[in-house]
Amino acid sequence: MRYFIALVFLFIGNQSIVFAQNKISGKITTEKNEPLGGSHIHTNTAFVISDPNGNFLMDLPSGAHRLIVSYIGYKTVDTLLNINDNLVLNFTLKQDVSTLSEVLIIDRNLKTNGTLDKQVLKTAQLERYSSGSLGDALKEISGVSTLKTGNTIVKPVINGLHSSRVLIINNNVRLEDQQWGLEHAPNLDINTAGKVSVIKGASGLQFGGDAIGGVVIIEPLSIPVKDTLFGKTILNGASNGRGGSVSSSLFKGYKSGWNWNLQGTFKYLGDVETPDYLLSNTGTRENNFSGGIGFKGEKSGFTGFFSYYNATIGILRASHIGNISDLVGAINSGTPNVVNDFTYNINAPRQEVQHYMGKLNYYQNFADLGKLTLQYAFQSNNRQEFDVRRGDARNRPSLDLLLSTHSMLADFETSNSEISKYKFGFSGMYQNNFANTDTGVRPLIPNYDKYEAGIYSIATFALNEKWDLETGIRYDYSRINAAKFYLKSRWDERNYDADFSDIITGDFGTQWKTNPDFTYHNFSGSIGTKYQINSNLKWFTNASLASRSPNPSELFSDGLHHATGQIELGDLRLKNEKAVKFSSTLAYASDEFALEINPYLNVINDFSLLEPTGLEQSNRGAFPVWEYRQVNARLMGIDISANYDFAKNLNYRSTFAYVYGEDRDNQEALIDMPPVNWNNSIQYSKKDWNDLVLGLQSELVFTQNRFPDNDFIVNVPVDGVFVLTNVAISQPPKGYHQLNFNSEMQFDAFEKSKITVGFNIQNIFNTNYRDYLNRTRFYADDMGRNFTMQIKFNY
Amino acid sequence: MKTIKLIPMALVALFAFNSCSNNDDAQPVNEEEVITTVTITLTPQNLFGLPVILTSNDIDGNGPIAPVITTTGTITPGETYTGNVSLLNILTSPVTNISSEILAEGDEHQFFFNAPGIGAFAYTDQDVNGRPIGLEFTFTASANAQSGNLTVILRHEPNKTAEGVAAGNIANAGGETDVQVVFPITVQ
Repeated sequence: MRYFIALVFLFIGNQSIVFAQNKISGKITTEKNEPLGGSHIHTNTAFVISDPNGNFLMDLPSGAHRLIVSYIGYKTVDTLLNINDNLVLNFTLKQDVSTLSEVLIIDRNLKTNGTLDKQVLKTAQLERYSSGSLGDALKEISGVSTLKTGNTIVKPVINGLHSSRVLIINNNVRLEDQQWGLEHAPNLDINTAGKVSVIKGASGLQFGGDAIGGVVIIEPLSIPVKDTLFGKTILNGASNGRGGSVSSSLFKGYKSGWNWNLQGTFKYLGDVETPDYLLSNTGTRENNFSGGIGFKGEKSGFTGFFSYYNATIGILRASHIGNISDLVGAINSGTPNVVNDFTYNINAPRQEVQHYMGKLNYYQNFADLGKLTLQYAFQSNNRQEFDVRRGDARNRPSLDLLLSTHSMLADFETSNSEISKYKFGFSGMYQNNFANTDTGVRPLIPNYDKYEAGIYSIATFALNEKWDLETGIRYDYSRINAAKFYLKSRWDERNYDADFSDIITGDFGTQWKTNPDFTYHNFSGSIGTKYQINSNLKWFTNASLASRSPNPSELFSDGLHHATGQIELGDLRLKNEKAVKFSSTLAYASDEFALEINPYLNVINDFSLLEPTGLEQSNRGAFPVWEYRQVNARLMGIDISANYDFAKNLNYRSTFAYVYGEDRDNQEALIDMPPVNWNNSIQYSKKDWNDLVLGLQSELVFTQNRFPDNDFIVNVPVDGVFVLTNVAISQPPKGYHQLNFNSEMQFDAFEKSKITVGFNIQNIFNTNYRDYLNRTRFYADDMGRNFTMQIKFNY
Repeated sequence: MKTIKLIPMALVALFAFNSCSNNDDAQPVNEEEVITTVTITLTPQNLFGLPVILTSNDIDGNGPIAPVITTTGTITPGETYTGNVSLLNILTSPVTNISSEILAEGDEHQFFFNAPGIGAFAYTDQDVNGRPIGLEFTFTASANAQSGNLTVILRHEPNKTAEGVAAGNIANAGGETDVQVVFPITVQ
């Protein structure tokens, strides 16, 4: 995709007949018509180098020849020729600007992170999720599942881990969008992505040392250095939700190296429905816009990028509960207690999120040395959560946080050796959170300033023909300085006076003002090998150490979280979370068959988790209290994926993932571990019939039988008497099976433009199900059948 | 090219000077919607009787301290009382009268009273649609001496047209709970 085929100009002349030997001559030039002396011209049997004027001459016997013309820093020309005569061949080699460093080492293809088995989603796969979310698309990768709130808030879960443990790198910028929250989805538009890759675990050290779960890397489409203008528009319509989306993008490249692009998405969906009832207040709106300008020069270049994401997301009305009796009522009734008529309106509870990102990236190539990259990025994330409220407060958010982040990167990657490569860099970050106090609700996350600095170094070696080795080390400094108000009663209940009496800075009647100022040091590292067993078989092995500072939610939460109907308590005493992960991948790939098997073990010390610990009473009744605490944990699992072209037009694909999570301290299961899932799909494609594709996917999710027992007993007043009632929140829902259908056809529309029409059905049999990792599972079923239509114009 | 190189440097400088903090002038938030004090006043219709006052006082709202329930006065068997509910938030200054907010949005709220064996409740107020709210009611005590519990529940956005709801039966009401207090009560 990043590459495009160089233009080759072939001039055939001088057809005088000589014997069996033919004289092949010509001139190698650049696009600017400068001669390229020293170019390599070779066939299977002959090899010459062009003279300083770019001219060459070689003798070849008659017959078929593979001719390869190459020059460092230029795209190699590789062509098949039938020679039975003297021939003049002139070649214009195109500069390979974007991949200059890769060309130098083309023999070994040595790359930073080359010992990692990255899983990749390409544009075609991403386009299918154009009206969905990043999380939905990532589910295609084995070992990636989703943590959802309803159907639109979708967070990726990598090998059982999510939120602050999964870094999202959007356009080379680490996304800072209050990712700590379980009901905060990544604030980005999937339509801006040209390619998405996943690194499982912390081995991508240049992105950060705290990727205990992994890294999701979103890269835009690369615009080639040539005069070109292309784009696409995708229209989506969905029956469930009775709406759709439209997304359009335009890319312009110039031969001079300049380029620009623009992209926008508009999404509008109403209430979705289960097979049996409507899910009231589950509509979504999105208005996204992004644009970029860049210059790709031989020596240096830059990109400037801006994006705006604006979403309004309705939260299932029935999931907003008043107290524990309401939760018991919801669990026992099995159906939502509010079902209204279909509407596009989004009322409370809802989230309104705006995310702005702007970045400037500059690179400079130093001949025979390497490439320096400098980057500055600014992000602003405003999250407002609206609850069901009374009176004047009705139109005021209950939570209103503005998170601003400035970040800087400086990276240097060497390219002066074919057998070793070094990458090192520095990153700095300043972040400010502002919690608006006009909400009339004590904010869960306080005002804070956060300062971070990191330094890393990665070395990659080609040990011999078959072995690559990569080692990396990183250090991160993190300081958080907050202004947090505690209810005095909470301060005493937490027994904070014993350890933190010195951070109290003010007395405000019923509340203390405090100034927590904490510093964390994180060391991380990784070592990995890649062994090329033969041309089809590769074996990757990695060990990584990751370390993560506690996030603001884990430290400071103290209060009623209306979205969940529970009191969530952070802990100022939390330490860094440390993880050691071992993983190994055996990857086989031939023309018709591919298989990857990836077992792993992740040993995590001081793993913080939110767990119910008791009940607190108020005039609203009882609330469960969930506290953050740290345990030593272990996650083991295996991810398998297979792809088999078992007949001419038929393809079979299968992904399987299993994870076993254990709290080593208490010898019990970890909460919220994805159940075993096994997806199988079969696809029929026929090029001759307008690129017809017909596919059937089966999604099989098993019942999660391993879960901690967090049920609790509470006194619920029934008819004036207290009745001891078990609140069954632990038992995961039963497994389920879903069948989906997809199809598409391609038509030529106008000159150089194509229309692709797709028709899909999700959940063909309208199966009722609930998902263990969906936070609204206590209140309602998941989404039912959905017919979707996609029309895509490529121009 | 020179200008391009300058841009990142300028931004570095911006980064360095942008570290202004808003921590120092942060102000606390006093929860506005918390109901700290629920008071039920039962005034005997017999002019010579004494009122009964039931109070649940939660001084820290959603904090760890549990509400304290106090009862003054005793209920006389067979007596009919005029009842009234008052909801306050004492955490704000001035104190917020939440019952008047409830009255203003009467069509979205309803109280439910339940004291089996102790007495019977009848709504005496109405919202804009002519349906009960429950800020005002009458209570008729049982003819015999009894002790038990009085459960008071306030639901926000209940289904006021559902069967039995207007008569005070909570079973089909739905909505979410804003108040749920249980008072021990004795008729003697």
